[in-house]
Amino acid sequence: MPIPPAILTLLLGMALVLTGLWVGQNINLLPVDASSNAPVYDELFKVLFSIGTILFIGIVVVIVYSLVRFRRSPADSSDGVAIEGNLPLEILWTAIPAVVVLFVGIYSYDIYERMGGMTPLNDHGMHAMHSEPADSRTWAGISPALSTDANAAPALPVEVTAMQFAFIFHYPDAGITSGELHVPLGQPVSLLMRANDVIHAFWVPQFRLKQDVIPGQPTLLSFTPTRPGRYPIVCAELCGPYHGGMRSSVIVEEPETFAAWVAQNSPVPASPTPVAVT
Amino acid sequence: MTTLSTSESQLPSTEAAADQHGEHHGDHRLFGLATFLVADGMTFAGFFAAYLTFRAVNPLPAGASYELELLLPTINTALLLASSATFHKAGSALKRSDNPGCRRWLLITAAMGFLFLAGQMKEYFTLPFGLTDNLFASTFYAITGFHGLHVTLGGLMILIVWWQSRPGGRVSAANPFPLEATELYWHFVDGIWVVLYGILYLL
Amino acid sequence: MTLSLAPETAHAPAPSLQPQGWLRYLSFSTDHKVIGLQYIVCGFLFYLVGGALAGAIRTELLTPISDFLPRETYNEVLTLHGTVMIFLWIVPVVNGGFGNYLIPFYVGARDMAFPRLNAVAFWLIPPAGLLLISSYFIAGAAQSGWTAYPPLSITTPATGQIIWILSVLLLGGSSIFGGINFIATILKLRRPGLKLMQLPMYCWAMLGTSLLVVLSTPVLAGTLVLLSFDIVAHTGFFNPAMGGNVVVYQHLFWFYSHPAVYIMVLPAFGLVSEILPVHARKPLFGYTTMVYSIMGIVFLGLIVWAHHMFTSGTPPWMRLFFTIATAFIAVPTGIKFFNWIATLWGGRIALNSAMLFSCAFIVNFVFGGITGVALAQVPFDIHVHDTYFVVAHFHYIVYGGTVFVIFASIYHWYPKVTGRMLNEPLGRLHWLLTFVGFNLCFAPQHWLGLNGMPRRVAEYDPQFQLINQFSSVGALLMALSTLPFLINVVMSAFNGEIAGDNPWRALTPEWLTSSPPPVENWKGEAPLVHEPYGYGVKPGELNLAATSGRELWSLGQDPGRGPNRPL
Repeated sequence: MPIPPAILTLLLGMALVLTGLWVGQNINLLPVDASSNAPVYDELFKVLFSIGTILFIGIVVVIVYSLVRFRRSPADSSDGVAIEGNLPLEILWTAIPAVVVLFVGIYSYDIYERMGGMTPLNDHGMHAMHSEPADSRTWAGISPALSTDANAAPALPVEVTAMQFAFIFHYPDAGITSGELHVPLGQPVSLLMRANDVIHAFWVPQFRLKQDVIPGQPTLLSFTPTRPGRYPIVCAELCGPYHGGMRSSVIVEEPETFAAWVAQNSPVPASPTPVAVT
Repeated sequence: MTTLSTSESQLPSTEAAADQHGEHHGDHRLFGLATFLVADGMTFAGFFAAYLTFRAVNPLPAGASYELELLLPTINTALLLASSATFHKAGSALKRSDNPGCRRWLLITAAMGFLFLAGQMKEYFTLPFGLTDNLFASTFYAITGFHGLHVTLGGLMILIVWWQSRPGGRVSAANPFPLEATELYWHFVDGIWVVLYGILYLL
Repeated sequence: MTLSLAPETAHAPAPSLQPQGWLRYLSFSTDHKVIGLQYIVCGFLFYLVGGALAGAIRTELLTPISDFLPRETYNEVLTLHGTVMIFLWIVPVVNGGFGNYLIPFYVGARDMAFPRLNAVAFWLIPPAGLLLISSYFIAGAAQSGWTAYPPLSITTPATGQIIWILSVLLLGGSSIFGGINFIATILKLRRPGLKLMQLPMYCWAMLGTSLLVVLSTPVLAGTLVLLSFDIVAHTGFFNPAMGGNVVVYQHLFWFYSHPAVYIMVLPAFGLVSEILPVHARKPLFGYTTMVYSIMGIVFLGLIVWAHHMFTSGTPPWMRLFFTIATAFIAVPTGIKFFNWIATLWGGRIALNSAMLFSCAFIVNFVFGGITGVALAQVPFDIHVHDTYFVVAHFHYIVYGGTVFVIFASIYHWYPKVTGRMLNEPLGRLHWLLTFVGFNLCFAPQHWLGLNGMPRRVAEYDPQFQLINQFSSVGALLMALSTLPFLINVVMSAFNGEIAGDNPWRALTPEWLTSSPPPVENWKGEAPLVHEPYGYGVKPGELNLAATSGRELWSLGQDPGRGPNRPL
């Protein structure tokens, strides 16, 4: 007695789901993760990758199977079965994607919130917008995630200026201006970004973060580096002929190394103590 | 099988072509025009959306203001609305085959349209800001200018219809399409102005 | 514009004044079939131009340094590539080309509602296209990408940008005129007795597309006018130096340009819905849900534009709304794909070039759709926005999707247009080269984007060189794949196998006339096709000996007139 098709289908479906899950968990297409939200992002990526793999393989298998199983020879001029629709089936394949999409949407919303994306950008809220001068308002970006850890270090502010074709980093506390971004491991960093000429975008693939740097609209990007190393900063918005060359580096270093770098690079009269007059 | 449609194509028939030509000619053109006006309205909608967004998020430089003198634009609004009514009069006159009446109303409508444009010009010359002064100024001139372009075009179309409805012209009770099309367009331009007036002047 | 509507749109201009023979394809013909072919051939010529530009891009990207083109030229090339492919190839061909050829047949009309406006719409395209391309030779083309984001588009050389704006305005006008014509034809010119829900699916797709064209293209036109003011008159709409707001441009631009994606793919959905049932010998599965899902896509397509701006100046709540709306487009789109697969299931499938291209379309588009749902998720998009991941996704949608369907449609309708069949082995070779080349070119680009290669760059991190070279080899294969196609199309026109009137035994009205069709489509009355997809045998009657299926022709006729047909 042959195996009933229902059982075969069930087994195939299970195999497909397992394949998808395995692919999502084991095939890594992403660069190393170097910020606290990168693992969160990778979680989302794995879920999407699994769902996508299941869907894609499933559909391709059905199509290829149909093309092979139901093909006809050129001489054959017979017709298929005149099935014009099947309402329950259609409801099913409307409902399943709707549920999947809704699940993915809610899940990614949760991920986004964990990244700090839903934290208000300006503490004073939307109402204050009109009265403020345009350039002191943050228009968009990602705020530091609201930390539950009471003794977490405060965010290190860095002012980023993007121009054709370079990023310039200014540390307002230390008075350092640099062409590379140095950040201490484990401390939140908050980039306040302005553009001088055209739109640029600040992207660090290993941080899984990107934010446009928009002239006239300062933006904010916050992250916590978690892995020491040197990672590329890439301009991701077409900004002119040398757009491809507009790259820099972010160097994530141990807090002591970072402190040494700050000390070494601080301008000499950095101390606010008045110079003694002789 | 394949020879079938050859034999089919030999069937003589001329009536099919004829009935497709006569039947629904006029309403198609008005329908097409209405569709075009929807598209045109979307252009204005885009401008209005841009204006409202600018206004919501981009503060004006010091000294500039959204306040406008209201008297002249209000007169202009009344003028344009009245001209919609007079155009309607012209349309009804044409339906009654009262061509002289129709032409009189058309002239009145055109005159009101051009008076509106004159008022608009006067406003332009008395405004305290120029095209490139600030974001509001630029948007104001762009939107009212685009609308003024529509009024100008409409005025010219009315004059053309006026000429075409002369005795022996092609516009008559039997062929009212040019007048109907112009009338639809004119009402549209008026309607846009009402929205524009509300958003730009009153808001 | 109104003036061009106003004169009598005569259905039959004096035929003696119209050139005959091949010359009419270069004339201001008002015959919808001539105009349709004009669109397709003209679009294909621009496709070759756009393809050459893509070749230049892929050549530059063979090495990680900028060594093949000067940097400015590279940006001009990528701008022209995008603009030509979108506005001069895909949009005109799937809308104007196949739309003009097929829609009058499908509604049982002898021509479009406004034939003269139709010709005007087509004849706007060649000058606009030539203008655009000539800008490269005159003053240097625009360098700001097909998106023309200010302030870059304000600060790059003005002449090229202004010419770009002018030609896009002309093309937008052409598109709007075409859209008006399709809406009027489908809604107003239907043969008496033909109900909306009996129309072939392509009509619905074109109705939805035309609604999008009419509602969104004018917004782009207005925006580009404002942009040109910024360039020429030094206003400050989008110029932050003068208090303007660059993000407003992006909103207005994407209000058109996201629906533009549906303007490019919805007609392709419609064409596939015509091709699959014929070659699978089965009715189109789920006609009603297909119609509703098209309208669902139209509606959702209008309210998702800001997902192109997740890394731009959009507030958080906006990002959330647009994520959900965008992801939900997957639902109606998914319905369509499941319905196509169900159409194939249990069919008697002819594995010819049209079918192969259609199925490759489904595979490619499903892939692009899956990456699309991923891109709709804000956190996902924040990483890959403006990278090669997006380039790959986009090409899976418009090339893997629409261009594959254009080829499928050419294989399907070529016998109708010329009366001759295309060569099947050459067609399959074309399919194989295109499918392999396309996937080799674009699939690796997903990895590039995930790992740090931004789009629109002439130089990149050397670690990406190998994958970029794979991609370039794929592009070369795609270029080569055009050769068997061109040879096939040209040779078959002269000595292809004679097709007969209905080689596919199809039921839609364009097949119920001679090949090529006569000037007013049918000699005699237009057939009334109530059941455009009435293929197949009833489930209970499935009989292996029965080879002819249902009475093919009686379905294509007005039942009342059945007896006088020589069946």
